[in-house]
Amino acid sequence: MLGKLTLEAIPLHQPIPLIAGAVVAAVVLGVVAWIVLAGHLPYLWREWITSVDHKRVGVMYCLLALVMLIRGFSDAILMRSQHVFAYKAAGYLPPEHYDQIFSAHGVIMIFFGAMPFMIGLMNFAVPLQLGVRDVAFPTLNSVSFWLTASGALLVNASLIVGEFARTGWWPAPPLSEITYSPGVGVDYYLWAIQISGVGTLMTGINFVTTILKMRAPGMSYLRMPMFCWTALAASLLIVAAFPILTATLAMLSLDRYLGFHFFTDSHGGNSMMFMNLFWAWGHPEVYILALPAYGVFSEVISTFSGKPLFAYRSMVLATMSICLLSFTVWLHHFFTMGPGGDVNGVFAITSMIIAVPTGVKIFDWLFTMYGGRVRLTSAMLWSLGFMVTFVIGGATGVLLAIPPADFVLHNSMFLVAHFHNVMVSAVLFAAFAGYTYWFPKAFGFRLDEGWGKAAFWFGITGFVIVFGAFYWLGLLGMTRRMQHYDVADWRPWILVSAFGVVVMVAGVACTLIQLVVSIRRREELRDVTGDPWDGRSLEWATASPPPVFNFAALPEVHGEEAYWAIKSRAREQLRLREEPDYAPIEMPLNSATGFICAFFATLIGFAMIWYIWWLAAAGLVGAFLTFVVFAWRDKVEYEIPASEVARINRANRATRLEALQGVGQRRAA
Amino acid sequence: MQHRSGHTLLLLAAALPLLAGCQQHNILDAKGPVGAAEANILVIATIIMLAIIVPTMIATVAFALWYREANPKALYRPDWAFSGRIELVVWSVPFLTIAFLGGIAWIGAHRLDPATPLVSEKPPIQVQVVSLDWKWLFLYPDQGVASVNELVVPAATPVTFKLTSSSVWNSFFVPKLGSMIYTMRGMVTTLNLMADQEGELYGLSTHFSGDGFADMHFPVRAVSDADFAAWVNGAKGSGAALDRAAYADLAKQGVVDAPRSFGSVEPGLFDGIVAQTVPPGPGPAAGGVENVRPKGGS
Repeated sequence: MLGKLTLEAIPLHQPIPLIAGAVVAAVVLGVVAWIVLAGHLPYLWREWITSVDHKRVGVMYCLLALVMLIRGFSDAILMRSQHVFAYKAAGYLPPEHYDQIFSAHGVIMIFFGAMPFMIGLMNFAVPLQLGVRDVAFPTLNSVSFWLTASGALLVNASLIVGEFARTGWWPAPPLSEITYSPGVGVDYYLWAIQISGVGTLMTGINFVTTILKMRAPGMSYLRMPMFCWTALAASLLIVAAFPILTATLAMLSLDRYLGFHFFTDSHGGNSMMFMNLFWAWGHPEVYILALPAYGVFSEVISTFSGKPLFAYRSMVLATMSICLLSFTVWLHHFFTMGPGGDVNGVFAITSMIIAVPTGVKIFDWLFTMYGGRVRLTSAMLWSLGFMVTFVIGGATGVLLAIPPADFVLHNSMFLVAHFHNVMVSAVLFAAFAGYTYWFPKAFGFRLDEGWGKAAFWFGITGFVIVFGAFYWLGLLGMTRRMQHYDVADWRPWILVSAFGVVVMVAGVACTLIQLVVSIRRREELRDVTGDPWDGRSLEWATASPPPVFNFAALPEVHGEEAYWAIKSRAREQLRLREEPDYAPIEMPLNSATGFICAFFATLIGFAMIWYIWWLAAAGLVGAFLTFVVFAWRDKVEYEIPASEVARINRANRATRLEALQGVGQRRAA
Repeated sequence: MQHRSGHTLLLLAAALPLLAGCQQHNILDAKGPVGAAEANILVIATIIMLAIIVPTMIATVAFALWYREANPKALYRPDWAFSGRIELVVWSVPFLTIAFLGGIAWIGAHRLDPATPLVSEKPPIQVQVVSLDWKWLFLYPDQGVASVNELVVPAATPVTFKLTSSSVWNSFFVPKLGSMIYTMRGMVTTLNLMADQEGELYGLSTHFSGDGFADMHFPVRAVSDADFAAWVNGAKGSGAALDRAAYADLAKQGVVDAPRSFGSVEPGLFDGIVAQTVPPGPGPAAGGVENVRPKGGS
């Protein structure tokens, strides 16, 4: 009846996962109970869970990402503290547990921390920057989000029911085959990634369509804000790369469930083919994360320098070059498998070439500041921190692309330091920069700057200490994923990195305090005009938070930096642009399709992991019925009357006019 | 200004090997020609890149501070957003750097390819390496002996390794000697290394292979020719034979406490492991896949 699932799946004899699982479960249940008892459920259901508004979906993506970043970070704390105790000793985490932790850390940080954060920012900002009312397929967007949440739920369920993969974040066969990993861990990995991967693919399709087909009148490609370009590049990469991952993991699933031999190294199977296919997705994936991050920095640096982005067209060219080149480098992941000088040489050079457009971007950001009027806000600090530290990650990346250097550094702590160096300083710093930058747009008040700056300084200091120590450990020949070690030379640097984690904890604490403090002080931090940073792109042309329809009338775009042009004219003439002719606006209706689909997807995943075939079939039928019901709907949109549109827009115009008059008075004085 | 930054770089270049010297495990202080050449490339490439990234880092901080809002002396040029000359430099600097480093990479990838034999007056020693769950087996086909978790090689003699795996992937690495290489079931990789002088080094697996992975390290003893011959004779005298049954026992999952040696090796064992006519490591369930994959619920 329940397949492999028995009471033994719950780790009653292992105190650490049991306590961790119990704490997580208690927190989740507590939050749910509070929501229900305080009567917030109808509000949450109506305004958030069933919302198809891209802004709401974006906020939910970012919230999921923040929670998962904390989960992934607690895994990091466990690993670092294990290493403090595991010198010539077993430490407190046995290998079968430690191996799950580093696997979960990687999976959660990449798939459920970094990706949802970048996709969340894309969801929130891209339609606003394009001057449109929503993404191309709003309900599909909600389905994408909930499928991602479903994957995250499965990964976290493995904490309490069964185990997670013990193979690392990419489950390399033959270790991940049923012979060497008979438990449910790899199956949790496979189904969590497959389900969230479908969501990601649909996001990619949605954003390619939105950016190609739905821009405000006059917004030609070369007038789009940089963030939209990077979102387009990342979405194209998702569409091209994610099917490779889905197919590869499907083949591994066939090996595990039905005794196929794609990657078994016997009966004609070849494990290296998995490596090829996985990294054919895996390396573009790096840029799926990094490109939107570059977009965020472009927006932030330009805004807070009070200047247009330097060499905009050059930046577009660099972005699209990276998009293409990212598919040509994957083989550098197996320089050390002995492919020979020619193959290694070619892929060394293709890997290095990517550093050219990336270097161009760094220099163009530098010259964006040149001649600017730089405001050192916390969003700008994250961007500066990125520029200073990212070049080190880029340089060590080029170093690792040189085969003879990789021969001694592959899989070492140096490599670990390198990819954390690029991922943390690009993606995570961009996440915080974007979070601080767009927070007032989303909620109508700014985040507290003092706590934000404290979070930055603790964060970057801890990061430099941890990964500086890792670089050195790599040069001392230390490899990754060791549960214990007995080399005395490594010991001091491991203690240094543990100290760095403590500093990072302070940074995380500041981020959380910042949120609480900002909510409490929201009246002081209120953004009344909708343009708190003196912004340059169209999201700042509407109120904060924007009305559900974003713009009362779609803005007319006449050049790059659409909103800057509108604002400059208003400042010259000391009056707002003409009031539009208000017309009723059609907006898509809320839909529970996403939530219900994800519910059934979770059932399918869980049932397949535990071999409960009837439940998997039931989930499949349920998901299909949900789709049929959605396809059969009669009413797809509702109308917001022109009077309501006028009322909302006039309120925002009034505050903007007041601000404009302030400018006029200052000028007169 | 230019002059001084040049000095700093030279100092840094001097400091790197210095720092390396005082660390027993540092790969920059290599004990063999392969590792030394690789460390050399590593240091040169690092210095070339530092010459670009250090000024970039300084410029980032300097621009941000000089053009800060509160500095009235900084000239604000709100519309300055393009310069063809700067763009030319901005594209050329990374391009030329990469062209140069790409040359180093191309030449290095060929010259230091692990399969390329080392130049030496002495003929190379042959060692066959098998990674097992979770220990290393070293076969000496010419000497007819074998060892587990201890690699003994004559110093100043090239060693040609042929490597494979009995079960999952591992990667064979002696940091002080240079190049690592993967071991994969059903496949053979080739690696050439040499230890310059006598001494005890540290070897390990660098590709995660399961619960016992952290214990997959081994001492590497580079000894004199006489000591090597003595070690071979000692192993031969120890009497234990490595036949298929003994190998099957070794292939079971587990960690060995102390190095072991075998006085004789069944002919064709290594080829049988590669061809998988010798059964692969059984993994956690000795009973095979059928016992592992349970039947589903109704």
